[in-house]
Amino acid sequence: MNMDNQSVVKITNLVKEFKNIKAVDNLSLDIKEGVLFGFLGPNGAGKSTTIRIILSLMRSTSGKIELFGKDLSQSDRYVFSKIGALVERPDFYTYLSAIKNLEFFGKLSGADTSKKNLYKYLDLVGLAGREKDKVKTYSMGMKQRLGIAQAIIHNPDLLILDEPTNGLDPMGMKEIRELLTDLVENQGKTVFISSHILKEVESMATNVAIIDKGKTIIEGSVEELLASSIMKVTFKFENLELASQEIRTTDWNKHIETINQNSILFNLDKKQTSNLIQFFAGKSIDIYSIVPQNNLENYFIQITGGNN
Amino acid sequence: MKNLIQFELFKIFSKWRTYTGFIVIGLLVVVIQLVMGVEGQNFIDAATSSMKSNFDFQGDLLNAYMINRIILQTLIVWVPFLITLVAGDMLAGEASLGTYRLLLIRPASRLQVISAKYISGIIYTFVFMVWIVLLSLGLGILSFGTGDMIVIGNSILIIPENDVFWRYMLAYGIATLSMMVVFTVAFTFSAFVQNSLGPIFTTMGLVIGFSILNVFNTGILEYINPILFTTYTNSWKLLFENPLNFNNIYLALSVLFVHIVVLLLITFTYFNKKDISS
Repeated sequence: MNMDNQSVVKITNLVKEFKNIKAVDNLSLDIKEGVLFGFLGPNGAGKSTTIRIILSLMRSTSGKIELFGKDLSQSDRYVFSKIGALVERPDFYTYLSAIKNLEFFGKLSGADTSKKNLYKYLDLVGLAGREKDKVKTYSMGMKQRLGIAQAIIHNPDLLILDEPTNGLDPMGMKEIRELLTDLVENQGKTVFISSHILKEVESMATNVAIIDKGKTIIEGSVEELLASSIMKVTFKFENLELASQEIRTTDWNKHIETINQNSILFNLDKKQTSNLIQFFAGKSIDIYSIVPQNNLENYFIQITGGNN
Repeated sequence: MKNLIQFELFKIFSKWRTYTGFIVIGLLVVVIQLVMGVEGQNFIDAATSSMKSNFDFQGDLLNAYMINRIILQTLIVWVPFLITLVAGDMLAGEASLGTYRLLLIRPASRLQVISAKYISGIIYTFVFMVWIVLLSLGLGILSFGTGDMIVIGNSILIIPENDVFWRYMLAYGIATLSMMVVFTVAFTFSAFVQNSLGPIFTTMGLVIGFSILNVFNTGILEYINPILFTTYTNSWKLLFENPLNFNNIYLALSVLFVHIVVLLLITFTYFNKKDISS
């Protein structure tokens, strides 16, 4: 990613208050063009409210939102023809067919709504053969697929998706993941995705922001965040007793989380992991495996206190 | 805007509840016409019996114009209830389905979206009234023919045959305007809630309540009744007076029109600022 890329979504000091509750509290984000941006946070952190404000479904109490460099409060609504979105549940006109729903929302966003194109997008999201069925006969996963189709049919530059894989089976999740990755990597689109499935975000996102109680806790590239984070590392030993004895009398003792039958689980950063390996080597203690569990989920739990 | 209106109309006419009113009115008009076909002459004899000693009635008074007046007088009270079934769902239906989240993230502004919905609803109301005209007047003319129209009230008024049709067209125009006010009332309530039952029952309650107030036109109600929209539900009858009282007609039109403007201003202002939380 080129750091000089233009900001597609820039949020500055956003505040949203509901009576006495501050759902979004001075939130700032900068999402650059061509990234897949993961927006994470525990339930009630303010993710959906933020997305609703970006999409003009809600008004902010204060703060500024710029979309494609233009102030949302002052720009005309043409900017929304460049945005495709799915907010929370994929709700449609259940008494109409999938193709009619897609035609309607596509037309409103300026998409090519020829039969050929409608069928193409329904096929792309795996709804071929069910195009003319009323949405009320659809499962949650099928509605989710239709939701993705209506979000991308007008070829938007920015996709904002709130929990896009909700209700999908593993194959469906994989397909959507591949579709989104393709949109970013091969078509230069920007994808802003909120999800509670952290593994999913980790496997797709290039950048993430983690928010809690309406505030940004941290924002950066997934790689950088994981590199700087404390990870859980499991060391397995030939002689666990000896390893335990050596460790107990040193500062490494405070890094121990648990001691199991033949392994010790440590909380370490990258540098500490390297030093601890050298420590055991210096004591001639044989290690037969080291398993780092360095993922976004651990990191997320560390910084949000695990209240997801 | 054109796309929005087209689709709103498509949505309205894709729902079964839209046809409830058409079916109910259709059945009622046909039943009234059948009853009048069988018992109409007896009805006219009973209505004119007290006057037969003083007047000599010539020709067939049982014709489509006379029957149409009975139909309009009987049905216009119930039409608001059928119209609110659709109007109450116009905005609240989007909220309860959750489709605002897909509708209001498009290039169309909220003002455009709500205008398209309102225009579509008004078209529905108009089509509904045309349906009543076609059945009551059209079918009536085919079944009973035309003739001079007798209007029996405090006095007897005979309107010549060639002077009736245009009066009916204008009468239906005023009736349609008063139904548009009912539609607008339900539409306004619909903007404030997330369930269509609320605006439907609230509007029905308002129509019933105001209609009761209209009956007691004394004391403070003398001042309140002129500004209630239900006062003008029967203003179509003003077209069957001789001479026409244009002041009363203009007053009815003005009050109904002001209701529409004020209610729409409230709806647009509220909806434009509304947070979509559904």
